[in-house]
Amino acid sequence: MTKMISVNIEKCTGCGTCELMCSFRHHGEFNPRKARIRKTIFLHDELAVPVVCTQCEEAWCQSICPSGAISRTVLEESNAAVVQVDESRCLGCKMCQVACPFGNIAVGSSGHAEKCDLCDGDPQCVKFCPRGALRFIDSERSVVERQSKIAAQLAASYRGGA
Amino acid sequence: MTMFGWTGKVLRVDLTNLSSSIEDLDRKAAEQYIGGLGLGAKYLYDEIDPTVEPFSPENKLLFVTGPLTGTGAPAGNRYVVVTKSPLTGAIANSTAAGEFGTNLKYAGFDMVILEGKASHPVYLFIDDDHISFGDAAFLWGKDTEETEHALIAATAPDAKVACIGPAGEKLVRFACVMNDMGRAAGRSGVGAVMGSKNLKAIAVRGTNGVKVADNERFYKAIEGVYAVLDDPYTEEFHQTGTPGVLELVHSYGVLPTKNFQFGTNPHYEQLTGEVLADTLSVRKRMGMGCPACPIACGRISRVKNPDFAGVGAGPEYETIGMFGSSCYTNDFEAVSKANFICNQMGMDTISTGSAIACAMEMFEAGVIPQADIGFALPFGDAKAMVRLAEMIAKREGFGDLLAEGAYRMSEHYGHIEYFMGVKKQEFPSYDGRGLQGMALGYATQPRGACHIRGELQDLDLYGQVGWRVTRDRGMDVVDPLSVDDKPDLAVATQDWFCMIDSCGVCNFVWFMGGDEDAMREFIEAATGIDMGGHEGFMQTGSRIFNMETLFNRRAGLTSVDDTLPERMLKTPMPDGPAKGQVCELDRMLLPYYGLRGWDEQGNISAQKAAELDLTESLPASLKAEAPAG
Repeated sequence: MTKMISVNIEKCTGCGTCELMCSFRHHGEFNPRKARIRKTIFLHDELAVPVVCTQCEEAWCQSICPSGAISRTVLEESNAAVVQVDESRCLGCKMCQVACPFGNIAVGSSGHAEKCDLCDGDPQCVKFCPRGALRFIDSERSVVERQSKIAAQLAASYRGGA
Repeated sequence: MTMFGWTGKVLRVDLTNLSSSIEDLDRKAAEQYIGGLGLGAKYLYDEIDPTVEPFSPENKLLFVTGPLTGTGAPAGNRYVVVTKSPLTGAIANSTAAGEFGTNLKYAGFDMVILEGKASHPVYLFIDDDHISFGDAAFLWGKDTEETEHALIAATAPDAKVACIGPAGEKLVRFACVMNDMGRAAGRSGVGAVMGSKNLKAIAVRGTNGVKVADNERFYKAIEGVYAVLDDPYTEEFHQTGTPGVLELVHSYGVLPTKNFQFGTNPHYEQLTGEVLADTLSVRKRMGMGCPACPIACGRISRVKNPDFAGVGAGPEYETIGMFGSSCYTNDFEAVSKANFICNQMGMDTISTGSAIACAMEMFEAGVIPQADIGFALPFGDAKAMVRLAEMIAKREGFGDLLAEGAYRMSEHYGHIEYFMGVKKQEFPSYDGRGLQGMALGYATQPRGACHIRGELQDLDLYGQVGWRVTRDRGMDVVDPLSVDDKPDLAVATQDWFCMIDSCGVCNFVWFMGGDEDAMREFIEAATGIDMGGHEGFMQTGSRIFNMETLFNRRAGLTSVDDTLPERMLKTPMPDGPAKGQVCELDRMLLPYYGLRGWDEQGNISAQKAAELDLTESLPASLKAEAPAG
């Protein structure tokens, strides 16, 4: 299996450091609007949810791109798959933006499609996430962790005899 | 000229004529006063007559960011509201976190200067450099949360709002400015000044980024502070937030109890951060974070009990100290309800809680007749406390008098000895009798009684040893009861905190880790200026502190105002670990003035002013003494 950015909503505090460090890396400035990861805060529920590209196995942005600017490759060193944009071929037509159901790719200030590129295997959002809500881990481990957690909750309900 | 850290632009708003203009930031002032607290003080000092009536159109209201606001510097999200305070008559500077400040910066402004007075309630919408005004009739009377929702609906879904509540509209002298659903520029009545200008709210939407001068250096500075903060103390502060300190404060016998009559509270265990984190906190043992904050100490509380039901941000430690211990309710549900009311109505929780505690003591002493209040107001009556908080916000009945602050209320009855505060501003939640540094800090802070403009309690209570303040003096943990070392420590800590509150970061990051050198690195990497090493850095802090004090001197405050209530000076603490102590202010104040380069009247010497490049700013009376040439 390959690595991915795993989001643990329960640990997110909504601080938006991910957005700031992403824009700093990709645009050389601190600007949440230029980030390729975006958090939304639900204050009274005390919840915040970061959304970032999951690097689809069969990416809709890739299928629809008329200029073949989008490809999916494996970053050997970090063993992570990444859907990436070849800026030299991108026309800025925004079809990818229309196609992605999650809003994780958009034509930005650069005039071409911008999306998470996993920072060449060292995602800055993960590196600076202060509470461990974002991790760059094996996608299978991410799933197993969730299943184990749900299993523990189920077990607790049986133990409680409710 | 491209500027880094700063945007280089100031928005000037004329509320009388509903017009605005954009001007260049005074670059020299920015280098000498950095931003936030400092730059705000400099601009206010230069632009208004400090003797103006705070509620007059001649007073100005400044919203000031710092060079680190909106960057990835840890907790780089603060803005400061600077004006002349209607509570103290001194300079006011209240800071707040959240996305309002960062969006001001993203809209392209280091500062917004609000002048004059609108003829009717208005709101201001800053949409990048497109500035507009709107009729605020539909917002007037609404609480702060309703106002935020309604104004976001009327402007833009991604707008961030700072506003006043009904308390600001009614000119409650300790009304605050609220933003981002629960963040407060809390103290000194900055919200009342906003109300006096008929400005209900400011919505801001910023789409630009903040650039720094040296990306690599800035990045390394972030990495450095993250490494320092990676420890169990940060985790603990994340889990319990500011309420987590209550137990420690109590262990020193300095937890205000029954309006500072006592320093210990037998029921304190009902008010600890642990209890809050496990009960009313929506998300147990986990905080919410302000922008770019690695700690995330805030929380949302929810109360289901119909008597005190509600949901919202907080309560923070100071709020718990006042409503929980000083008012002696010892009940988190009541504390939370009072906190919700203050946030929704837009009032400072510290002054509100303290004013009610003051009234409770005066009621019990028989100084305030029950007929004046309309109901009994003994210590511990949670329902009466909550009812009174609402009455203050609406200036109803007895609340109208209390809305003037505890000083004016106690003065009304001819008993100012019940007022617990300095320069007419109420104390926060530390009794200075067991913390001598705090006592000196309270007496000398330009904005009156205050716990965050030079946190002496960090040294003598929390055992902070990471700063150059103590390291350079070869000191470790400071003795809370020592006196002789406090003047020197007070000067250094106040100057250091002037820097923290000027650059646009939250002081909690520097409380948890990170020292003067780390901050200088951030400011230099962001702006590209050379601060002249540690000495230049601290001199900048000192210049800011003196600028605030100069404002106060010209406003008519003197050394006579640098004092403490008689109870602090003469009545020994009756209980607990600090038993028998009084504030030894007379042993600290003159040495402190001496170290500041001030004479016995608290006026800066011509020589010190020259050293800090303040000569041009001196009032004529002090300039005359300057040596010729």
